[in-house]
Amino acid sequence: MTDTIRAIPDRLQSPLERRLKSWETLLFAVAVSIFIVNSFTSPYFLNAWNLSDMTFNFTEKAMIAFAMALLIIAGEIDLSVASIIALASTAMGAAVQVGIGTPGLVAIGLGVGLLCGAFNGVLVTRMGLPSIVVTIGTMSLFRGISYIVLGDQAYRGYPSDFAFFGQGYVFWVISFELVLFALIAVIYFVILHKTNFGRAVYAIGNNPVGAEFSGIRVARVKFILFLLTGLMSGVAAICLTSRLASTRPSIAFGWELEIVTMVVLGGVSILGGSGLIPGVVIAAFVMGLVTFGLGLLNVPGIVMSIVIGALLIGVIALPRLWDKWRS
Amino acid sequence: MSKQALMSREVLLTGAIVLLLAIIASRFPAFITPGNLANVFNDTAPLILLAIGQMIVILTRCIDLSVAANLALTGMVVAMINVAMPALPVPVTILISVAFGALLGMVNGVLVWKLAIPPIVVTLGTMTIFRGSIFLLSDGKWVNAHEFSDPFKAFPRTELLGLPVMSWFAIAAVILFTLVMTRTTLGRAFYAVGGNPHAATYAGIDVGKTQFWAFTISGALAGLTGYLWVSRFAVAFVDLAGGFELNVVAACVIGGVAIMGGIGTVIGAMLGALFLGIISNALPVVDISPFWQLAISGGAIIIAVALNAQANREKGRIILKRAEHAT
Repeated sequence: MTDTIRAIPDRLQSPLERRLKSWETLLFAVAVSIFIVNSFTSPYFLNAWNLSDMTFNFTEKAMIAFAMALLIIAGEIDLSVASIIALASTAMGAAVQVGIGTPGLVAIGLGVGLLCGAFNGVLVTRMGLPSIVVTIGTMSLFRGISYIVLGDQAYRGYPSDFAFFGQGYVFWVISFELVLFALIAVIYFVILHKTNFGRAVYAIGNNPVGAEFSGIRVARVKFILFLLTGLMSGVAAICLTSRLASTRPSIAFGWELEIVTMVVLGGVSILGGSGLIPGVVIAAFVMGLVTFGLGLLNVPGIVMSIVIGALLIGVIALPRLWDKWRS
Repeated sequence: MSKQALMSREVLLTGAIVLLLAIIASRFPAFITPGNLANVFNDTAPLILLAIGQMIVILTRCIDLSVAANLALTGMVVAMINVAMPALPVPVTILISVAFGALLGMVNGVLVWKLAIPPIVVTLGTMTIFRGSIFLLSDGKWVNAHEFSDPFKAFPRTELLGLPVMSWFAIAAVILFTLVMTRTTLGRAFYAVGGNPHAATYAGIDVGKTQFWAFTISGALAGLTGYLWVSRFAVAFVDLAGGFELNVVAACVIGGVAIMGGIGTVIGAMLGALFLGIISNALPVVDISPFWQLAISGGAIIIAVALNAQANREKGRIILKRAEHAT
């Protein structure tokens, strides 16, 4: 709540030292140790197919997490992503009933995602409303529309070639979703770290007024970020619907929480202005490994959510506690 | 000016509620009989109690997404205490629920105050931790009607001057907190902290500590509601009041509480809660599927937040207006 002025150090750390002390390195160490612990606690862990299954725990969520990371870095948030999945999936399900084929379904999934993102974007950037309330509202609205359409029913009967997106394997144990995840990670890495657009995202997150006066079109950049988040939710909706081969209005319920957790765990500041894509990639693996490892030990899902919640608070609290203790 | 704006918001909302009732009554006159309106009020009492707590938290520029999980956890705790000690008097049970709820609220408050973790992150985390704790505590089992002692179940239904005790709790809370917010230093501090944290600091108000008390009050009210909810419906389980936190935030936003802090009244929060309560009670009467509920409350949030923004638009610096809107 209070503004801090960063002190300028007398001597910069060497690049190697900085890299070793970075959040991403710490997170990577956590991922490796979870991996090692898991391989000792369960005999089923070190199996190529099991590990491949493990990636389904995070690929769809991580696709959205990359777009969400950009949005959070720019100082906004989108809590409606899971509801966009529900609405896009419902639209695809309805399209199946009138006999639309796989290419049409993909177009509908992506189109609904973009439309929902645009709706959020217009409310936030044109009308100047706070994104947290807007997206809490659209979170109810989008999923609410799914409930109106579906009620307690479900859509099934997706075409067989549609199954490839969520169930297909490109090579041996490498699933299509994993390849797509890697591809999207690279794309977002380039967008955020190698383009002017990426610099604008950081600038907006650090000082929106300053960014506006520096000639950055703040509203337009934010609108594009909402579009991207919607689009990625559409992509995730296609993968998830294909994997489950059915649509209920409760699909992907509560995912927004896990996606925000993934982004924050990845070292993105919830206050905006800082964060890196590699951090989010590692965080995706950490969360996938934790849920998968606990699952192998027969820990129920709701107990896993305690771990996820504690991780979310812990990763932010520990560095602050450490700073307090040192000073 | 702000006082006028606040007044008009409450008058506007009262008008909207009367209009809503008139529309329903035009087709179903039985809906507005005093007996039925008392029932609607009683049904809405938990939402009113939670909305008051949430309003205070939002006033201080925070948000408490853990209220529903707090309610469910406290409800389970008092349910299990009642099963273990059926002879425990109801007032003691109520004290326990308030104290336990306040304790959970303090956990949020300490994390926000002492570690300066963003409230949305803290309460997203504690929301899942509280929910998971119910599972650990109850082992996933339900506490059912026949397991409760009779006084435990009868208390919220006991009629006093024609209204159930549950309604009286809501009325008492509205009166008490209206006094606290308008007549005490703590109440004024909540407004000051949200209106301008820097100015509040210079005026000698400890911003973090004020936020801590806001979370404590919200937690205490959630704990109290936990007992009332569990005893009224005579059941306690893990998913009790799942997703209810969104209704609570919706009630506040509809009630004219500004999500950026500093603006809002207890009466407004109550009216917002009543607006939602009337809609959810009217849907089955006017023969609309309950599946519409979610979309309607989502739409109501978006419309309300847009109206809030319109009402607050005139104030602020003219030159930087465009830049501010971009933020």
